[in-house]
Amino acid sequence: MTRKERYDVVVIGSGPGGLAAAIAAKRNGAGDVLCIDRDLEPGGILLQCIHNGFGMETFKEDLPGPSYAQRFIDQAYAAQVEFLLDTMVLEITRDKHIFATSKQHGFLEIEAKAVVLAMGCRERTRAQVRLPGTRPAGVYTAGTAQRWVNVEGYMPGKNFVILGSGDIGMIMARRLTFEGAKVERVLEVMPYLSGLTRNYVQCLMDYDIELQLKHTVKNIIGKNRVEAIEACAVDDKWNPIPGTEEIIPCDTLLLSVGLIPENELSRKAGVLIDPITAGPYVDDGFQTSVPGVFSAGNVVHVYDLVDWVSEAGLTAGKSAAILAQKGKLAESPAIPVKAADNVRYVVPQTLHPDHLADGDIRLQMRVTRPIEKPVWVEVRSGDNLITRRGEPYARPGEMVTINLKQDLLDVVKAAPELTVAVVER
Amino acid sequence: MPTTMEKVICTTCPKGCTLEVTRDGDTVVSVINGCKRGHEYARQELTDPRRMVASSVRISGGIHPLMPVYTSAPFPKPRIPELLKVLRNVEIKTPVKVDQVVIENVLGTGIDIRASRTMEKI
Repeated sequence: MTRKERYDVVVIGSGPGGLAAAIAAKRNGAGDVLCIDRDLEPGGILLQCIHNGFGMETFKEDLPGPSYAQRFIDQAYAAQVEFLLDTMVLEITRDKHIFATSKQHGFLEIEAKAVVLAMGCRERTRAQVRLPGTRPAGVYTAGTAQRWVNVEGYMPGKNFVILGSGDIGMIMARRLTFEGAKVERVLEVMPYLSGLTRNYVQCLMDYDIELQLKHTVKNIIGKNRVEAIEACAVDDKWNPIPGTEEIIPCDTLLLSVGLIPENELSRKAGVLIDPITAGPYVDDGFQTSVPGVFSAGNVVHVYDLVDWVSEAGLTAGKSAAILAQKGKLAESPAIPVKAADNVRYVVPQTLHPDHLADGDIRLQMRVTRPIEKPVWVEVRSGDNLITRRGEPYARPGEMVTINLKQDLLDVVKAAPELTVAVVER
Repeated sequence: MPTTMEKVICTTCPKGCTLEVTRDGDTVVSVINGCKRGHEYARQELTDPRRMVASSVRISGGIHPLMPVYTSAPFPKPRIPELLKVLRNVEIKTPVKVDQVVIENVLGTGIDIRASRTMEKI
């Protein structure tokens, strides 16, 4: 591959969002498409997610993470997407100049007509949840342990306590058990599981791993290496309840306490970030506040399913390709899509009504509070109900979706803004 | 008639209903809560529980020392420890193509162990 200095579309990140964006850019007529990743190979975090459960929506198959990634990697190479691997992007400017470094190529400056940000998300760390105690070796995020155990072949310890009942934490509990470790406990500060029930059954119950809800780590004990953690029960405000302390001997503490979109590069490029999602404000084509800069996947908001990340990537890549060729995307200005009753946020935050002429527009949201009864997901313009659909229940942990159908074009065109609510039926 | 009641959490969909299953030996007499698919799940789970198993085997000559692998079909749950013991003693060589069979008919179950990714020879 001869390296070029100018590309139609440059994608930052080669995880599921980035791969789909690069493929879609090529398929929608972009000339040169480059995908940059800091890792040695494309695929992103899926390569370390060796468990099954991926691809039910996209392929109607239950695939392991690496297999799901492989399909997109193969498609990207077949579509002649160029890859620049082992390369760290340092900065992206508003006028879409990309500065990067790599061992092989040194310092690089690349110019793009359109950029797709697909950097994914990062795990919340010990510092971000303010865990007290000493600072010994043996405190890791669940994803770090996952990389070591599944890709690099290291076991980070023998006796584990896991803080957080997120999916990665529960999946790692099973994985460590498979590899001969003992998982002493999973602690969850909330009164409910934060991951999927399926993972509770198949990762914890199957292997008799104890889960304690409304519990947290009060203290980490050990000088050079973790020797034990002090667990305790918490009240409704997460305050430790005196008298409930328990010392659990262990050599490793794993944290599975949430994911945050990784937007350092986006901020430097001047992209406006939504404080609720921690990702860029986007329109229905996933364009950010900076024209020609798009963003897709977990960098926008953290999804439940990789299939939806890929879908967002395809949309962003298509938009980027059109912009690179035509120089503009929409005829009409965007209108806001606002979160109303029991909706914490909606993505996209704005949409171009004329895009409904090309197909449905999908709105995705998270609710604020759980409703364990049938609900309506409603889209309104002022008091007018534009569309709604039923769901058997709504939970903060599970993303809610509603499609604006193509035939709503005229109604949406007349709306100054849309609001979305999730209410009891 | 000696019947037993057990609780099963359904994993067919994300709703996660708790099913109350009454059975007489291997025969399921009744299932309370959940839907039709859930009742099917409860029968399977109580008579022949199976799981998709994903793990890794050693590999030489590739970018990483491990090759992720998976079972070609849900595997009998009680035999998972046995399966893991088998996988621990397997070492393969690159190049490997995704879905390539690593172990055929593992432990006589009729289920294959397959590679979860492609890994080139380096």
